[in-house]
Amino acid sequence: MTDIHEAFATALQLLLQLDPGLLEIVTLSLKISLSAVLLGALTGFPLGAAVALFRFPGRDLVNAGLHAFMGLPPVIAGLVVFLLLSRSGPLGPLGLLYTPAAMVIAQWLLVTPIIAALTCESATEFHRSYDEQLRSLGAGPWRTMTTVLWDGRFNLVSAALAGFGRASAEVGAVLMVGGNIHHLTRVMTTSIALETSKGNLQLALALGIVLMGLSLALNLAVIIVRDRVKQRYA
Amino acid sequence: MVASGLCFSSGDTPLLKQISLRIEHPGLSMILGPNGAGKTLFLKLCHGLLEATSGTITWNGKSAEDTRHGQAMVFQRPVLLRRSVADNIAYALGVRGIPRRERPALVTSALQRARLLPLARRSAQLLSVGEQQRLSLARAWALKPRVLLLDEPCASLDPGATLEVERMVAAIGAGGTKVIMTTHDLAQAHRLADEIVFFWQGQVLEQGPAEHFFAGPQCVEAQAFINGELAPG
Amino acid sequence: MRTAKQRVVGALWVLLLTGLITACDEENPPVIRMASTTSLDNSGLLDVLLPRFQQESGIAVRVLAVGSGQAIRIAERGDADLIFVHHPEAEHNFLAGGFGTQRYPVMYNHFVLLGPDTDPAGIRDAPSVEAAFLAIARQRSPFISRGDQSGTHMAERALWKSAGHQPRGGWYREVGSGMGATLQMAVAQSAYTLSDPATWLAFKRPGELEILLGRKAGMRNVYSILPVNPGRHPHVKYKYVMRFIDWLSGDAGQQLVRNFRPRGEQAFSLLPAE
Repeated sequence: MTDIHEAFATALQLLLQLDPGLLEIVTLSLKISLSAVLLGALTGFPLGAAVALFRFPGRDLVNAGLHAFMGLPPVIAGLVVFLLLSRSGPLGPLGLLYTPAAMVIAQWLLVTPIIAALTCESATEFHRSYDEQLRSLGAGPWRTMTTVLWDGRFNLVSAALAGFGRASAEVGAVLMVGGNIHHLTRVMTTSIALETSKGNLQLALALGIVLMGLSLALNLAVIIVRDRVKQRYA
Repeated sequence: MVASGLCFSSGDTPLLKQISLRIEHPGLSMILGPNGAGKTLFLKLCHGLLEATSGTITWNGKSAEDTRHGQAMVFQRPVLLRRSVADNIAYALGVRGIPRRERPALVTSALQRARLLPLARRSAQLLSVGEQQRLSLARAWALKPRVLLLDEPCASLDPGATLEVERMVAAIGAGGTKVIMTTHDLAQAHRLADEIVFFWQGQVLEQGPAEHFFAGPQCVEAQAFINGELAPG
Repeated sequence: MRTAKQRVVGALWVLLLTGLITACDEENPPVIRMASTTSLDNSGLLDVLLPRFQQESGIAVRVLAVGSGQAIRIAERGDADLIFVHHPEAEHNFLAGGFGTQRYPVMYNHFVLLGPDTDPAGIRDAPSVEAAFLAIARQRSPFISRGDQSGTHMAERALWKSAGHQPRGGWYREVGSGMGATLQMAVAQSAYTLSDPATWLAFKRPGELEILLGRKAGMRNVYSILPVNPGRHPHVKYKYVMRFIDWLSGDAGQQLVRNFRPRGEQAFSLLPAE
């Protein structure tokens, strides 16, 4: 118990002092995870909607793939990105391994299936009720897609939040492709792993508390805004 | 509109059987019949939303799908987008290629005709069912269709809301739009129809001017239906 | 409504761009990437050396702290500019494979053999580390091995070999983890383990573990720097790497290493330049 009490005290202290080391790590974590979610949304929304709306060869495979990849172990995503970005890999000349960009790519790989699968669910539901009306109006495939996405926007916000949860909680992939380099690629989760391995359990726990607090605050903020807007339109 | 030899089956169950008819009457054509007679299916085939198992539907020689852009359809249960009342209409105008600048004026006049203008900024999902159906009708009307297809638009409305919708339907018809409407409600058919097409179990049993039909229907099924003796089939 | 939406969209783009810029920002000032062992990183020495080097040369050194085995594989793939490791055999193979230009031994210390203070295998007064290992094996006392191909793991394997014993059985636990995690497990299981002294000194919760044996023959732990061969990987920043090596073997670097005394003990001894 003393550990947990002291961890809370340490966490509070770090936060109140606006510890620059902590701020750097928190900022980088947020930047990377939010970028990954943004990219995941830009790709996952259309992908999910396409699977929901269109009949194309291999659609079942893509759909099954999305659901299977929702449970993709982060280390595998990390390994794949590592092999791609390594100097000896196909994308080696870009020199992206052990940079924040590599971490964004790895997390993007992790969050896109979640975002796409949840988008697909929402789009399917809206498409079922809208299909005849939209065809009656003469909406083409593109218009249909943007309509079911926009009208399902509250579900898409939830999808993005789920993606953010996965991205910010994940350690295996960012450790592998980021390398946990101080001042460059060290984020909250890799710091926690590092401090734990050094036996610095209180600091690790304190970082964990900060991470959870941040995640809670972000989710809360998004949910409040979403429900405000939803009240007006739902 | 000409339908010839129209059949539609779901699996092995034939739902429309060899329907051949012409609708040429300039006034309101009412497709009348009990529930399950195939009225809705027929309307969707007319609109090109479904494909016939066999047979054809043509409008002035063109296929239903090709004429859809000159038509509009209102469904039994209103399908509204999760947007404001005004945006629902503006959206439909956008799909039909009306430039953004011209939309607000058209939206306002459409809402005026439906007496929905005070609710313009409200979410469409928060309207009563009657208001929702009026909005769907206003949306269809705003498209200035040559043909308007109405599928039991009053089926789930109370008498007051029904009257409001009927008032709009009459006004649309008076504006020169050809209206084809389905109903199982005799009184409504009486009030609105110029021409009656009687559907029964996936077949057309009778077609003719409304006054003739109500004065003395030819087939026994229509007689029974008018007398309220026909079990829904 | 629209302006609010546009503002949100704008903010998202800024976020994305800053993310990408952070990624590309790396080359100014010049940056070299060093794959190093966790033990060096844990010791705190690099935190003393690298900021001073950057101050004097303008070159930033980014540290990838991994096991020596992994560090060498990372460098072989061209994903680091130099390695700073303690695994002589693998270092020689690295050179033989043409991946490195040369091996610069920098400093050394001695591995420590840790165990519970009750010392069930009675190794405290063992004449040699090999004798201590054999005593542990004979008693079947729990022994935790890194099992991760790191420099420390390889040193431990070499010691078992020179003791003439092949450790096997439930008492010999290969955990496949870094030194820190291995120490945690050794504490939790009251087990023996071999550690580098730096990680042990930096370790925050020793529990009942203590150094039972150190500074015996065969426990010497040499750290060397090997630049990655630019002939093999043309993108490596060989020039900057050599600046770092020159600086470290110069007066300033040498003095920093010599005076590095966490908890009052000298952590590394310098090796004469070869």
